[in-house]
Amino acid sequence: MERNPNKFWNPYLAGVALGLVLLSAYLLTGKGLGASGASFRLGVAAIQAVAPGHVESVPLMAGATEDGPPLRYWLVFQTIGVVLGGFLGAWTSGRLRGETLRGPTTAPSTRWVNALLGGGLMGVGAQMARGCASGQALSGGALFSAGAWVFFLCFFAGGYALAYLVRRQWA
Amino acid sequence: MIFPTDALAQEAGTALSLGVAILIGTGFGFVLERSGFGRAQVLVAQFYGTDMRVYRTMFTAVVTAGLGTTLLAALGLLDLRAVTINYPTYLWPMVVGGLVVGAGFVVSGYCPGTSVVAAASGKLDGLLTVVGVVFGTLAYAELQPALGEFHDSGKLGSTFLYDLLGVPPLALAVAVAVVAVLTFKGAGKIEAMVARAQARRDAPASP
Repeated sequence: MERNPNKFWNPYLAGVALGLVLLSAYLLTGKGLGASGASFRLGVAAIQAVAPGHVESVPLMAGATEDGPPLRYWLVFQTIGVVLGGFLGAWTSGRLRGETLRGPTTAPSTRWVNALLGGGLMGVGAQMARGCASGQALSGGALFSAGAWVFFLCFFAGGYALAYLVRRQWA
Repeated sequence: MIFPTDALAQEAGTALSLGVAILIGTGFGFVLERSGFGRAQVLVAQFYGTDMRVYRTMFTAVVTAGLGTTLLAALGLLDLRAVTINYPTYLWPMVVGGLVVGAGFVVSGYCPGTSVVAAASGKLDGLLTVVGVVFGTLAYAELQPALGEFHDSGKLGSTFLYDLLGVPPLALAVAVAVVAVLTFKGAGKIEAMVARAQARRDAPASP
């Protein structure tokens, strides 16, 4: 096993591997890959535990409880797998390390605020678009869904539009 | 045997289908980690033109899975409709959602999936991105009734590029693969251009 923490797979071979994982997901389960749907289910389960009546009153949340407990859902289990696989990959490559990734002159607290804010934006956008970079751009894109390709283009446009403003967190 | 398998492709999870989901997720997480996508700097380099690894890997994955599904469908081994039914188009929420997710990506340094990988490899900024995504999805669910028709606007249902262009799915997949290879050459040129510009900017400072 590779132990150099700065060595990654060749991007094209990594893409083929990612494509084969996605293909096996379509073949076996009829669905692709995703992430934001699992985050939503986790949040709905938490709210259901303290205020079940509120979940019933919000249409999108009620939709997540239609088929039973919100956590009994393919994406939630797929994401448990992503945690396992991510941990295994980091552990066996020497990248498993408690830290905050940031630029050399950036305070960790700046990154923490940005992570929460950026995550919040992505949660809003992904819920709106019915999928994130994995669930929409990648999984819908490989099936040539028109909406997924529009999402893909807008995702890159949004990133390039804002990149200059937030460049200092990496400096 | 024709894929997808009925036993696994159900919305309400059976023990078997949820077990398979864990296995697929494990592969997904491992590949993302080994691709370098658990590290924010590797991901955002895409948007500063220094390393277009994200574009190369993502587009290669789209081409690989796209060729795989359309080829198997052409051979009669895959019921393409049973898979594509899960990916309807709602044009306007996808335009706005794409822009917002892209903006959130450069602010947090991750996408929702890669932030899970980063969190699993000990990155605190990755874990906080995961927390942010949970709150963001809930916030949109709360807001959605107040947005009126927006959430379902531009509803085109099952609309696929090969239908719009009137070509067989496999032919489109091959054409996209060719376009991908051409743009990979272009990505290399952009990286070289950015590297030259950086070298010029740094030159006066060094002796």
